[in-house]
Amino acid sequence: MSADNNVIISVKDLKKYYNDGEVKALDGVTTDIKKGEVVVVIGPSGSGKSTFLRSLNLLERPTGGTITFEGSDIMAPSTDINKLRQKMGMVFQHFNLFPHLTILRNMTIAPMKLNGLSKEDAEKKALSLLERVGLADRAKAYPSQLSGGQKQRIAIVRALAMDPEVMLFDEPTSALDPEMVGEVLDVMKNLAKAGMTMVCVTHEMGFAREVGTRVIFMDCGRIIEENTPEQIFTNPQNERLKSFLQKVL
Amino acid sequence: MSDQSNLPVQEPALVNKAKKANLILVFGILSVLFSIIPLAGIVFAILAFCLFAKNRSARTLMKAEVGKTLAIIGIFVNIIASAIELLFYPLNNPPSWLSVLRSDFLASSFWIDFENNFISEKRYLYIFKGLGVTFEVTFFAVLLGIALGVIVALVRSSYDTLKEEMRGGFGKGLLWFFNKLCGVYLTVIRGTPVVVQLMIIYFVIFASSNNKILVAVLAFGINSGAYVAEIIRGGIMSIDRGQFEAGRSLGFGYVRTMAFIIIPQAFKTVLPALANEFIVLIKETSVSGYVGLQELTKGGDIIRSRTYSAFMPLIAVAIIYLVIVMFFSWLVSLLERRLKNSER
Repeated sequence: MSADNNVIISVKDLKKYYNDGEVKALDGVTTDIKKGEVVVVIGPSGSGKSTFLRSLNLLERPTGGTITFEGSDIMAPSTDINKLRQKMGMVFQHFNLFPHLTILRNMTIAPMKLNGLSKEDAEKKALSLLERVGLADRAKAYPSQLSGGQKQRIAIVRALAMDPEVMLFDEPTSALDPEMVGEVLDVMKNLAKAGMTMVCVTHEMGFAREVGTRVIFMDCGRIIEENTPEQIFTNPQNERLKSFLQKVL
Repeated sequence: MSDQSNLPVQEPALVNKAKKANLILVFGILSVLFSIIPLAGIVFAILAFCLFAKNRSARTLMKAEVGKTLAIIGIFVNIIASAIELLFYPLNNPPSWLSVLRSDFLASSFWIDFENNFISEKRYLYIFKGLGVTFEVTFFAVLLGIALGVIVALVRSSYDTLKEEMRGGFGKGLLWFFNKLCGVYLTVIRGTPVVVQLMIIYFVIFASSNNKILVAVLAFGINSGAYVAEIIRGGIMSIDRGQFEAGRSLGFGYVRTMAFIIIPQAFKTVLPALANEFIVLIKETSVSGYVGLQELTKGGDIIRSRTYSAFMPLIAVAIIYLVIVMFFSWLVSLLERRLKNSER
């Protein structure tokens, strides 16, 4: 339908209300995410940016509006959300690795159970991904034996093991010690360079400026301003964005 | 040289192997020791066999082989002993040379009391048969309790998590109904004494049947299920919501997320409370005497009523319960340690 075939996720008038509309976490968000884009979502806390991201794979169920992923309405009753989620990797603020499984098993359980990969194939793939983030030697370790930065790198490759079309990052560096932020951002930068489509909620303005192809500034459940990183950071239009940038930069 | 440098690498596997082999051996010995008690010996023998079948690496060790052989002997002895009660025959009909040797001991008041309470008229049978019944009721009641508990816990916790996610319609209505049903079950079972439930099942619901063991299994299983359900639900709720979201975001559906990610973690946190529930259950079966089921406690009580001496039969019953519970606690602590190892 859409003239632009590159659109992967199309969001129209997305709303999320709590307490019968008393609290509006999302109040009419509309945007398109194209293939290969790195969309960085910034904004003050409580602005609805996490809710927006979590709506994209339906971890939050929106009150209104539509989300279309690769042409299919993800909220339609006929849509198998589990199938769609396999194509949308998600990385959480608190890593959410499975503590009862080894690193290798954390990464192979979904490809084996959902994609029907054999144990050997899944492990081979997991090990090559671990190699990419420099953690191949920790394959047999349990999550509790790793540092925060290592855990988050594992969480990223765990999502990558499912060969997603889009990666969603929900404040991936907010729970990390300052000196571990760099190693996680490096992995994300490499991922962006490799052409992965990414939607990233973050407070790392440096990352937004350097890696982002588009920056979305949200406040009070709406998109206030949406532009290239240069424009957002050097030539902000909206007063709210100006004061926000003054505080964080 | 190279052999020596290889040693430390192989060590953990060897230690693990030896541990499992030791466990097989212990179960084998226990199955022989308990072989005169119906069921108990067989349970240990089955444990030994299961371990033996599951651990290929441990099988190569001599100890494991010995354990398995002992388990076979245990089953064999069990069958013979319960068939002809061979074991206590000489005590009832002592050969003359033995009675001369033991005349001093036999004249002591302890022995007279013991003989009166346990040996004469084969009164030990009340204890042994009673113990068998206690084991039987507990074993099946635990199975029923776990099955009921898991189902109820899953219904209640999935209703809590899914009620927002599910669109209306038949499925949601069904889940709502089952959730309410489970709520009623928990309220009624936890709100009335187990003895009353037992008597209602025996005298009201199964008034036409005389299968006391079945009634006891049903009563204690249904009762235990309510407590197990709340324990398991607590365990499921204790798992961080992020775990659930991580599972779902990978593409697992609700059921698979529960099965692969939530339940295995919940089981670990729940184990001590669950073990406690089963210890309670073993001892709770002692009220089965209310419907005339002759389990361990009733057996001891029958002896008391025949011999008019309360001390020995009741203390013996108490000691047997104590030993069973101590042994069970030890087993659970082994399991807990193993589960902890996987996480470190």
